[in-house]
Amino acid sequence: MASPVQIRVTINGTLHTHEVEPRLLLVHYLREVCGLTGTHVGCETSLCGACTVLVDGKAVKSCTMFAVQADGCALTTIEGLAVNGDLHPVQEGFWERHALQCGYCTPGMVMTAVQLLADRKRPTREEIAHALRGNLCRCTGYTHIIDAVEHAAARR
Amino acid sequence: MAVEYRVYPAAFEYFAPRTVDEALELLGRYGDEAKILAGGQSLLPMMKLRIAGPRCLVDVNRIAGLDLLRREGDRLEIGALCRHADMVESPLVRDLLPIMTDAARQTADVQVRHRGTVAGSLAHADPAGDWPAALMALDAVVRIAGLGGRRTMPLHEFIVDAYSTRLDAAEMVVGVSIGIPAKPSGGAYVKFEKRAGDFAVASVGVQIDLEGDRCRSVAVSLGALGPTPIRARAAEDVVREAAPSADRVDRAAELVREAAQPFADTRGSVEYKRHLAGVLFRRAFAAALDRARGRQVETIHL
Repeated sequence: MASPVQIRVTINGTLHTHEVEPRLLLVHYLREVCGLTGTHVGCETSLCGACTVLVDGKAVKSCTMFAVQADGCALTTIEGLAVNGDLHPVQEGFWERHALQCGYCTPGMVMTAVQLLADRKRPTREEIAHALRGNLCRCTGYTHIIDAVEHAAARR
Repeated sequence: MAVEYRVYPAAFEYFAPRTVDEALELLGRYGDEAKILAGGQSLLPMMKLRIAGPRCLVDVNRIAGLDLLRREGDRLEIGALCRHADMVESPLVRDLLPIMTDAARQTADVQVRHRGTVAGSLAHADPAGDWPAALMALDAVVRIAGLGGRRTMPLHEFIVDAYSTRLDAAEMVVGVSIGIPAKPSGGAYVKFEKRAGDFAVASVGVQIDLEGDRCRSVAVSLGALGPTPIRARAAEDVVREAAPSADRVDRAAELVREAAQPFADTRGSVEYKRHLAGVLFRRAFAAALDRARGRQVETIHL
C-alpha cells in the first residue's frame, strides 16, 4: 500500500485534517471519512454529476478527483448550503417547483445550479439547461429542475 | 486506521512536485510506470475501470506558472494547466481564435471543464477529443519539457495514432502554442453528439483567412472520423485561393466525406458518420466565413 498522505481540507467552513490513501476518491472521503453523505455516488463513471461539489468555488465531480488533490482547498457540499435551517434559494426553488422525485440526483443538481447562479444572475432557460448538461436525472424530465433554477434566480 | 475505505483505482505512489524539474525527475525515476495527473478527467475514469494502473502519479497541479494564458507577439501561449473553462471564459481567446471558444464550450460539461486541461487533452489523444480536432485546423505547437531540455513539436506530428503521441515517458507537455491568424480571419468548430456532454460522433473545424473576397488559406480538420484528427487537404485545395461559391463548397463537402476514415461503433455506422462529416463541414465553413467577414455567429445553440 502506498504511504498515506496528510490532507487539510476546509469543508463547509470547518477544517478537517486526515491521513488518506492517495487513491481515495474525494467523494468517498466526504461520505465515509467525513460522514457527509449528502453527496451521492451515482454512476461512478464521471457521467452523472450526482457527486458534484464546489472546490474553491468551482463545481467538480468529486468521483473524478482524489482526496489528496483537495489538500488546502475550500469545499462546499450540499450540507453547507442552508444557513441556520433556512434553505439556500436553489434548494427552496427545488422545493417550490417540485424539481425532484427520487431525489438521488438532487444534491449534484443543486450544487451545479449554485455554481451557475454565482456566475450568471439571470440565466435563460437555455443557459440553465446547458449548465446542467453534466447532471443526469432519470425521473423528472428536467423541466421542473429548470423551473426551480429560474425560481431561485428570480428570488435573489 | 480502522476504517476500510471504498476504493476503485489500484494503489499508487502520489507526488505533488512544485516545479517542472521536480516533476521531470520523478518521471525519470519511474519511467512509463508514472503518469502525469493534470485535470484527470480521462485518467481517473480509466484508473477506476483499471484500464490504467500507474504505479506513480505526478500531480502537476501545484506547479506555479503552468496556468498562464497569454498572448506573446503573434502567438497565444497556453500553459499545461489551462482548463477548458479558462478557454470558455477568455475574451482574448474569443477575439483571436473563436474556433477554440467553440471547442471549449462543447467539451463535456461544466464540471469536467473546470478540471480538464487543453494540454492534457492533446497528450491523451483521444480520437474523439475536441481539442486535438479543433487545434489541428490551426498552427498548433506542443511545448515539451524533458530532463535533456525543452523542445517543440507541431501538433500534427505529435499525435501519431489513437491515444498515442511522440511524448517520451520521461517528458511532459508544459504548454501549447497557437499561431494567431492575421485578420480578416475566422474559424469555427462544429460537433455532433448523441447525448449531452458526450464525445463527438463527428466534428469538423474550419479556419479561414480572407484576402478581399478570396479565401487566402483554409484549414479543415475532422474529429472522431479516424484514429487521429485528419486534415482534409483536398477539400482545402478546392476552396483556397478562390471566392467561396456554392459549387466549390459542394465539391469540398464531397472531398471531406472522402477524407473521413470513420469506424462503426455505438455512435453510428461508417456511412452515417461519413454523411455527418459533410454536413458538419458545411456548417463549420459557413460559420467560419461569417466570422472572417466580421459577423457574430454561434455554432451551438443556447
